[in-house]
Amino acid sequence: MPDTASESATIEARPPSGLGFAFSPRRQLPATPHVRSLPTRTPPRWHRPVEWVVRGMAAAAILAIILIFAFLVRSALPLWTSSEARKEVTQTQMWFAQTWPGYDAAEHVWQPVSDTPKYGIWPLLTGTLKVSLMAMLLAGPLGVLAAIYVACYARPKVREVVKPAIELLAGIPSVVLGFFALIVLATWMQTLLGVESRLNGIVAGVALALAVVPVVFTLSEEALRAVPQGYVEASQALGAAKWQTIWHVMLPTAAPGIATAMALGLGRAVGETMIVLMASGNAAILSWNPADSVRTLSATIAAELGEVVSGSPHYAVLFYLGLVLFAFTFAINAVAAHWIERQKDRVAGRA
Amino acid sequence: MSARLLRARMGDWTLGTAAALATLLLLVALLLILGDVGVHGAPRLSWAFLSQAPREGMMEGGILPAIVGTAMLVVLMTAASVPVGVATAIYLHEYAAPDSRWARLVRLGVQNLAGVPSIVFGLFGLGFFVQFLGTGMDTLFHDGKLVWGQPGLLWGALTLATLTLPTTIVATEEALRAIPPAQREAAYALGSSRFEVVTRLLLPQAMPGILTGAILAVSRGAGEVAPILFTGAAYFLPKLPHDLHSQFMHLGYHVYVMSTQSADVDASAPILYATVAVLLGLTFALNLAAVLLRARMRRA
Repeated sequence: MPDTASESATIEARPPSGLGFAFSPRRQLPATPHVRSLPTRTPPRWHRPVEWVVRGMAAAAILAIILIFAFLVRSALPLWTSSEARKEVTQTQMWFAQTWPGYDAAEHVWQPVSDTPKYGIWPLLTGTLKVSLMAMLLAGPLGVLAAIYVACYARPKVREVVKPAIELLAGIPSVVLGFFALIVLATWMQTLLGVESRLNGIVAGVALALAVVPVVFTLSEEALRAVPQGYVEASQALGAAKWQTIWHVMLPTAAPGIATAMALGLGRAVGETMIVLMASGNAAILSWNPADSVRTLSATIAAELGEVVSGSPHYAVLFYLGLVLFAFTFAINAVAAHWIERQKDRVAGRA
Repeated sequence: MSARLLRARMGDWTLGTAAALATLLLLVALLLILGDVGVHGAPRLSWAFLSQAPREGMMEGGILPAIVGTAMLVVLMTAASVPVGVATAIYLHEYAAPDSRWARLVRLGVQNLAGVPSIVFGLFGLGFFVQFLGTGMDTLFHDGKLVWGQPGLLWGALTLATLTLPTTIVATEEALRAIPPAQREAAYALGSSRFEVVTRLLLPQAMPGILTGAILAVSRGAGEVAPILFTGAAYFLPKLPHDLHSQFMHLGYHVYVMSTQSADVDASAPILYATVAVLLGLTFALNLAAVLLRARMRRA
């Protein structure tokens, strides 16, 4: 909550302390104006070092991000540096179709365990996108509609039950959703659709949607409720029906927030591992047919890393896949952060 | 009735019904999962199932080692994650100027950390904790004998702690934000130092919020499987973990292996369902506690 009071309360006569001053010469004070303690009593000396520990710990999140990146790169490094690893696989072979021995034409193939190991990354990428998009097609509309219901239609008593219930859906471990998809959902789907392979992209997509829906719902509902009451009242005063107010006033105002919800939901879908590992069938087929068995990036790492010799080219490639996933979620976060700012501006009437 | 009014009524009916149906569908899905696991899992649940080690290739006996392993993992994870998370939140909300570059960088780090896929945490845990720290510790303290340089309890817990860090940070910050600024000002006016304000005024009041965050983190940590696949989980161990570097059994991992690699699915189904029921019951109880705690905090 940005309040103007704190912005005006810039007190400069304060001894510089902490890492913050190293970056900003004139500090803006936090929401509470800090006043130096009276000189009549001084706090014990050991407060200082403890405070420094607190500041140090605050760096942990950044440190974690840097370390994650650094150690993904460290393990994937042979792909760039080791001539021995590059004999088995190069990045060109991963990203572009190759005419492998025994094949008539250039193809993308993921077949790391064979006489000529083939590391074509596209079957995995399309698999990931296929399953994630399917999950979003289901979870997006469902989550937003449920958010509209809770934010605009439900009576307070109903809301107090429905909202925590959908949030509880987020508390189901993904391995349980994967189990449910594998044992129950797959059988239903096969009877319903009569598809060839029991475990396929549709089953994984539906199960994935269950994992993504709470993300979309929670953030969309927040965005809808952040729409200023004045907008709604103005629309009603002009004689708009309720649906017109929701459709033409609330949704456009909340659009950046809902877009953020979709982006973070997609990020969750792309990175989700256990559900796709258990329910997708795990065959690396390059096709756009959702009823085919699917292998995703995350499931490939989970399934293959356990059986790979540490430091081998295959091992490096799996960390490389991790880097691709990491880069993707980083990009999604950047986009989402941008939209969140837009949402704040819009709700404040600045855009 | 004018055409205009008709249009308004039709629109209201359509949107209202669609929204209600979507909500209903989600609730039905939730109940279906709970019901299916409850109905199939309950018959096999017994005290013996919870308190015995598995026998006869997992077909008989119970899941005690998996429960103990999960509990130990989660306790260690909390011990590592909560202090750091609380410190970060206190720094962000009480120490740093809201627009300082460092604070914004920390926030960016937290946001991005929250978005990193769980399997990437698994890779990180293997690459950093097991192979870098563990192997390093072995060369330094154990003459290269393999002690820490292999998957184990501590590495799994630290990997999960990194994963749940954003949860505790966000929950603590939310709790700090709810404390009225006037209280801080009053404390400063009475001559308290910032450290005293934090430890005696803010932390006691933020405790329910911190607890909520810790509970959510525990529930997440108990259910996540991908990060511990390569950092310590084992399918079957006759003994309970006795050391920080020993491998452990885990409820979620147990469910994963049993449902994907079981030789006879029909025979193992009852045990599998009962294990899922225990895992789901555990995470659900934790989540429900967090939801109720938060609701009470908001009312207060």
